[in-house]
Amino acid sequence: MLEVTGLHKRYGALVAVEEVTFVARPGEMVGLLGPNGAGKTTTVSMIAGLLKPDRGEVRIAGGVVRGETDPVKLRIGLVPQEIALHDELPARENLALFGAIYGLRGATLSKAMDAAFDVAGLADRAKDKVGTFSGGMKRRLNLAAALMHSPTILLLDEPTVGVDPQSRNQIFASLEELKRHGKTLVYTTHYMEEAERLCDRIIIIDHGKVIANDTLAAVHKLIPSVNVLEIGVENAGTDGWLDGLRTLPGVTAAEWDGSVLRVTMRDLLACSPSVLVWLRDHAYTCSFLGSQRADLETVFLTLTGRSVRNA
Amino acid sequence: MSYPAFQALVKRDLRLFFMDRRAVIMSFVAPIAIATFFGYIFGGAANDRPPSKIEVAVVNLDNSDIARKVVAAMAADATLNVKDRALEEARESVRGGKTTVAVVVPTGFSDQATRALFRSGGKPDIQLLYDPSHATEVQVVRGVLMQHAMEVISREAMSGPSSQRLLDDSLRDSNGSKGMNPADQATLRRMLEGVGAWNQRQAASPAAAGGGGGGFTMPYTMTQEAVTARQGVKYNSMAHSFAGMCVQFILFMGIDAGMVVLYQRRSGLWKRMQAAPISRYTVIGSRATSAAIVAMLIMLAVFGFARVVFGVHVEGSFAGFLGVCLAFAIMTSTFGLLVAVFGKTPEATRGIAILVTLILVMLGGSWVPAFIFPQWLQTVSFAVPTRWAVDGLDAMLWRGSGFDAAVGPIVALLAFAAVFGALAVWRFRWETD
Repeated sequence: MLEVTGLHKRYGALVAVEEVTFVARPGEMVGLLGPNGAGKTTTVSMIAGLLKPDRGEVRIAGGVVRGETDPVKLRIGLVPQEIALHDELPARENLALFGAIYGLRGATLSKAMDAAFDVAGLADRAKDKVGTFSGGMKRRLNLAAALMHSPTILLLDEPTVGVDPQSRNQIFASLEELKRHGKTLVYTTHYMEEAERLCDRIIIIDHGKVIANDTLAAVHKLIPSVNVLEIGVENAGTDGWLDGLRTLPGVTAAEWDGSVLRVTMRDLLACSPSVLVWLRDHAYTCSFLGSQRADLETVFLTLTGRSVRNA
Repeated sequence: MSYPAFQALVKRDLRLFFMDRRAVIMSFVAPIAIATFFGYIFGGAANDRPPSKIEVAVVNLDNSDIARKVVAAMAADATLNVKDRALEEARESVRGGKTTVAVVVPTGFSDQATRALFRSGGKPDIQLLYDPSHATEVQVVRGVLMQHAMEVISREAMSGPSSQRLLDDSLRDSNGSKGMNPADQATLRRMLEGVGAWNQRQAASPAAAGGGGGGFTMPYTMTQEAVTARQGVKYNSMAHSFAGMCVQFILFMGIDAGMVVLYQRRSGLWKRMQAAPISRYTVIGSRATSAAIVAMLIMLAVFGFARVVFGVHVEGSFAGFLGVCLAFAIMTSTFGLLVAVFGKTPEATRGIAILVTLILVMLGGSWVPAFIFPQWLQTVSFAVPTRWAVDGLDAMLWRGSGFDAAVGPIVALLAFAAVFGALAVWRFRWETD
C-alpha cells in the first residue's frame, strides 16, 4: 500500500505541491489528473524518491525510504514521462541493464526479461535496437523496464504521451492485467478519457492542490446536475466573445475549442433557451446542437473554471 | 556499492562507446593521424631525413671572382637552397613568401672586403632582405654567409693572385699612418711582411708551405650526438608526437564521457537509476571506471600503432610506462566526472570543456615541447596534469628513464585524480538545477 501524507514542495516563490494526501491500495489504480504544470510529476517524483519534499511523508508498505540504497525502493517501479531507454542498444540489453541495476542476475534476470517482454508485447523485437522502434513500442518498453524487478507499486507519469491508438490500448490492457495481479498503480495524465477508463480513484490536482479525491462515481456526484450544451458555431468571435454568455443566469462555464462551443449549466431546460437567444441576438450562426452528461473534463472545468487542456 | 549494478553500468558505457562510430574514430584514429602529421614535420620516425633547406636568393651585383666563390660556397651548403636572382625579382620573391632571405652582394664587394681585412675604412655592405615571419632562418643565413665569406676573402687576401698587391697597399698605408702608435705600427708591419713571405713560399711550392690554400678556415670541427636512451638509439620525434596527441584526444574522450552523463540525465535515464536502490558512488564509480578503461585501451592501441608503424619503443621502464598510462587514464575519467557534475546542459558545457582541455593540452606540452616555453610558463605548466602526463610518457618512451622517473608523474596524476574525484562527489546532484 502507498500512503502519501501532506506532501509539500516549493520552488522559490512557486508552490508546486501543497499538502497532497492520498492512499493507494493493492489492486487499485489511482489517477492523478490535472493540466500540465499542476504538480502531478512533482508529486510522483517525491513518491519515487527523486525529489525531497519540503514536508510530508511517503510510506511504501509501511516503510519510509531512507537513503539512496534503501531496499524499500525495490517495491517501487517508475515509468518516467521521458522515454528513458538507450536507443543504441537492443531492447533485451536495455531490460538487462535495468534488471541488473536492481540486482537481478542469471536465470532470474532472464525470467524477468521474458515476463516484461510479454507485458509489452515485444518479445519478437527483443534483439532489435530501440532506435528502430515506433513511439508506441518505445512507450511499451519504457513500461516493461519498470517491471523488471516486479515492484508492488508502479508509478506511471503520463505513459501514453505521443502513442498510437494500438499501443495505447495495449498499454491499457497491460495495466489492467497488472491491477488484477494486485499491483498498486499511480497514473498521472491530463487525458480525462484515460482516467475515466482506467482509474478506480481520481485525484484532481490544480496549482499543486488536491481539489478532488474520490472514486470515479463519487467525483461525478460532486456535480450531479451539471450538463453540457454543445453548439457548433460557424462565425465565432474573437477574444472575449463569450464573456457576455458566461454572465447568463445558470451558466457555470463556456469554452470554445475552435469548432464547438461547450456551455456548462446546472439546469439544461432552464438555461438552454437563454443561451440560444443570446447567440441569436449576437448574430451567431449555429450548425448543430447537442448535449451530454458531465465527464471528467467537465468536472475539472466546473471545479476550476478552466478547461484541462487550456489550463 | 551494488556490484551487479556497477558491473552492468560499466558494461553499458563500454557498449555505448564502441557502438558510437564517431567516438571511436575521434578517440583512436584522430590521435594517430594527427600525431603522425606532427611527428613527420618535426623529424619523422628515423630522424635521419635531411632538414628542409632555407630558400635563399642571391643578387650578385659585384660578379667578381671572389663574389662568385662566396655564392658557390653558399650554394654548396647543406642548409641552403640558393638561386641567382635580379634585385627586384628577389625582393618580390621574398614579399610573396617564396624566398626566405635575399642576399644582395654589392658592386665592389671583392675589392672593399679584401682591403678591409687588414685596414680600417670602407667596408662593403651586404644587404639581407628577409621574410619577417622567418626571423630565425635569417640568423642561420647570416652565420653561413659569414663563414663562407671569411674563408673565401681571407684565402684571397693571403694567397690569391691579388694578395701581394693588397699586402703592399696595406704596408704602405700602415707606414704612412700618422695617428698610429709606433709600436703597433711596427707589429702590424711585421705581420704583413710575414704574411707576404708565407704567401711567396706558398706560390713557389704549395706542398712545402703546408698546402691548404691559405686564408682563414674554421678553427675547429664539430661532432654532434643526440643523447637518447642508449647509444645507437635514434631520437624518434614520433614518440613525443604520439604522447602529446594521445593525451589530447584522451582528454576529449573524457569530455565526451562527461557529456554522456548530461545527456542521460536529460533523457530520464537517471530517474530510473535514482529510483533504484543504488548509490551515487555506484553511478560515479561506474562512469569513472568505464572512462578509465576506454582511455587505457586508446593509449595501448595508439602506442601499439606507433610501435608497429613508426618504431616508437618504450626505451625506459615498461612498468613505468604502464603506470603513467594508467594514472593518466584515471585522471581523465575524473576530469570527465567534473565536466558532468559542473555542466548544466550539454550544449553549454561542451564549448567550455573543450576550451579548458585545449588550454591543458597546450600548457602540458602536447603540441610543442614544454622546454621551449618561457621559464615562468614552464613553472606554471606543472600545475596542470597534462604536463606530468607528457613528461612521464616522454621519459618512459624515448628518454629511456627508469621507473623512478615515472613515480613523480604517477603520483601527481593520481593526486589530480583524487582532487577531481572528490570535487565530483561533492558537487554530484541527481537532478538538474
